[in-house]
Amino acid sequence: MGEFIPEDRPNALRRAWDSDLAYSFRTSPVALVSGIVALTIILGAVLAPWVAPHNPFDPATLNLMEGFTPPMEPNAFTGNVFWLGTDNQGRDVFSTILYGARTSLFVGFMAVLFAMVLGITLGLTAGFRGGWVDGLLMRIADVQLTFPSILLALLIFGVARGFIPPALREALAIWVLIVAIGLSDWVQYARVVRGATMVEKNKEYVQAARVIGAHPVKILVRHILPNVMGPVLVIATIGLALAIIAEATLSFLGVGLPPTQPSLGTLIRIGQGFLFSGEWWILAFPAAALLALALSVNLLGDWLRDALNPRLR
Amino acid sequence: MIAFILRRLAQSVVVMLVVALISFALFRYVGDPVASLLGQEATAADREALRARLGLDQPIWVQFYEYIGRVLRGDFGISYRLQQPVAQLIMQRLPATLELALVSGIAAFVFGVALGVYTALNRRGWISNAIMTISLIGVSLPTFLIGVLLIWVFAVELQWLPSFGRGEVVELGWWRTGFLTESGRAALILPAITLGLYQLTLIMRLVRAEMLEVLRTDYIRFARARGLSNRAIHFGHALKNTLVPVITITGLQMGSIIAFAIITETVFQWPGVGAFFINAVRFVDVPVMAAYLMLIALIFVVINLIVDLLYYVVDPRLRVDRGAARH
Repeated sequence: MGEFIPEDRPNALRRAWDSDLAYSFRTSPVALVSGIVALTIILGAVLAPWVAPHNPFDPATLNLMEGFTPPMEPNAFTGNVFWLGTDNQGRDVFSTILYGARTSLFVGFMAVLFAMVLGITLGLTAGFRGGWVDGLLMRIADVQLTFPSILLALLIFGVARGFIPPALREALAIWVLIVAIGLSDWVQYARVVRGATMVEKNKEYVQAARVIGAHPVKILVRHILPNVMGPVLVIATIGLALAIIAEATLSFLGVGLPPTQPSLGTLIRIGQGFLFSGEWWILAFPAAALLALALSVNLLGDWLRDALNPRLR
Repeated sequence: MIAFILRRLAQSVVVMLVVALISFALFRYVGDPVASLLGQEATAADREALRARLGLDQPIWVQFYEYIGRVLRGDFGISYRLQQPVAQLIMQRLPATLELALVSGIAAFVFGVALGVYTALNRRGWISNAIMTISLIGVSLPTFLIGVLLIWVFAVELQWLPSFGRGEVVELGWWRTGFLTESGRAALILPAITLGLYQLTLIMRLVRAEMLEVLRTDYIRFARARGLSNRAIHFGHALKNTLVPVITITGLQMGSIIAFAIITETVFQWPGVGAFFINAVRFVDVPVMAAYLMLIALIFVVINLIVDLLYYVVDPRLRVDRGAARH
């Protein structure tokens, strides 16, 4: 035994296709549909500069005469047809949605990454060290959990905005937003990782690694972390949906991103202003896009949680 | 029991002190309070006088101590934007928020329990399935989008209800109420639905799950064997036992209702504390932000304290465990 590798060892792609997770994905209609919806929106957002029919931020391509064109109807002056209509400045709503989703997804992914790194680090530290470090971190987590995370994000954003000099507020808004949403959401990661670390650290393989003198950080990263990645991924997926909604809410309230960097929330805020004059499409399509994105990511998270839970197989 | 309460109280005090420290730091280090109060054309002597009057020449811990003293007396400083005492501005707006939170909280509880019981008793009916599906959508819709959609349907298309403001209000002493006028009550409907919908679905799902659990237990089966009426079994035995967790969750939800009121008030331009806070964040009106921070923290700490104590009173197991540990 040992060095023997079979001739027809399937390649990585084949193995991924045959894995339990991929099988569960292929056979779950909900997962398939939400996967396709999420992937379409993400691809559209990432490729926005190449996919979008117009660049909504290039004033040279805008024609004010084309403002308020209803969807699928030729414009009265130029005869151009816009799938989803145009807004007051003649911007193609479809293009603004693609660029808006780009901003929303960027904030969402970065916030989740930040929360994940912070939560995992603190969770590993708390679980491995125990003692007063653990006590303090978990007290903070307890207190933080009693507040709704969107309120926390709002408060952190407001406080941070206060401390930033006025000249930098616009430029730093997106990063402040990411940190605020991330800080409001680290507790779940920390709790799961801490729990798993406390279980794993007493197992024999960790004891063995300690005996041969492995550095604690190496033990944590190489041996304990891989064991907790499943639940962390589930939390991260659902966290992405929550982060996107949190960002949209803050931007809708006018305390998130500045109008120069519109996200889906900003677009909905703008669209609400045209509701009373009958231009419903400026509101409806960004709202539908936000909903489709948040719902599909959420359902993917639900599916992932069930698929990774061996008790449900 | 007393040790438990004392520990909880100590924890709450620590939380409040930390929040006070944050809002003090905000107050002290964001911008220049002297400049924002006096404006451009003040002389250096004026500045020094105000600096001394505000106590800004004192050591920092003295300032923090005095800040806490002022907060305890209800003095949160002067709003930079409106040049009026913050405490007074908040008190003017508090009734609007409390009325909204109260109505949506009660509505969420009543309809949530009713729908939860209905869907649990008629598990297979198509109405129940429809309610459950709609509730799933209700949970995934962000609050602000619910508000916008309600405005679209009921204010723009159907034109049944107003889309913003409180309508006419009546002054009862310092409390301005919208309950007493037709337009006030009409204006309350859409915001209350927006604010309460998430809580409603949550309570409904919880009641349904608890009811299904309880209906399977032996004592329900024995109650049926005793020949009790369905009514007595469902409401006298089953519902009563599901209500303990429901009441705790609803209690905890009161805090999030206050929090989500920020969003609802902004969507409907409701003249309450939440919309006031959002404007403060937008204009970096630090005293208002600091005061709101303290107010929200206080509400959450008090609610959590009450819920903890209720838990203790309602759930005998907690008492038995502690009692057993002591002996």
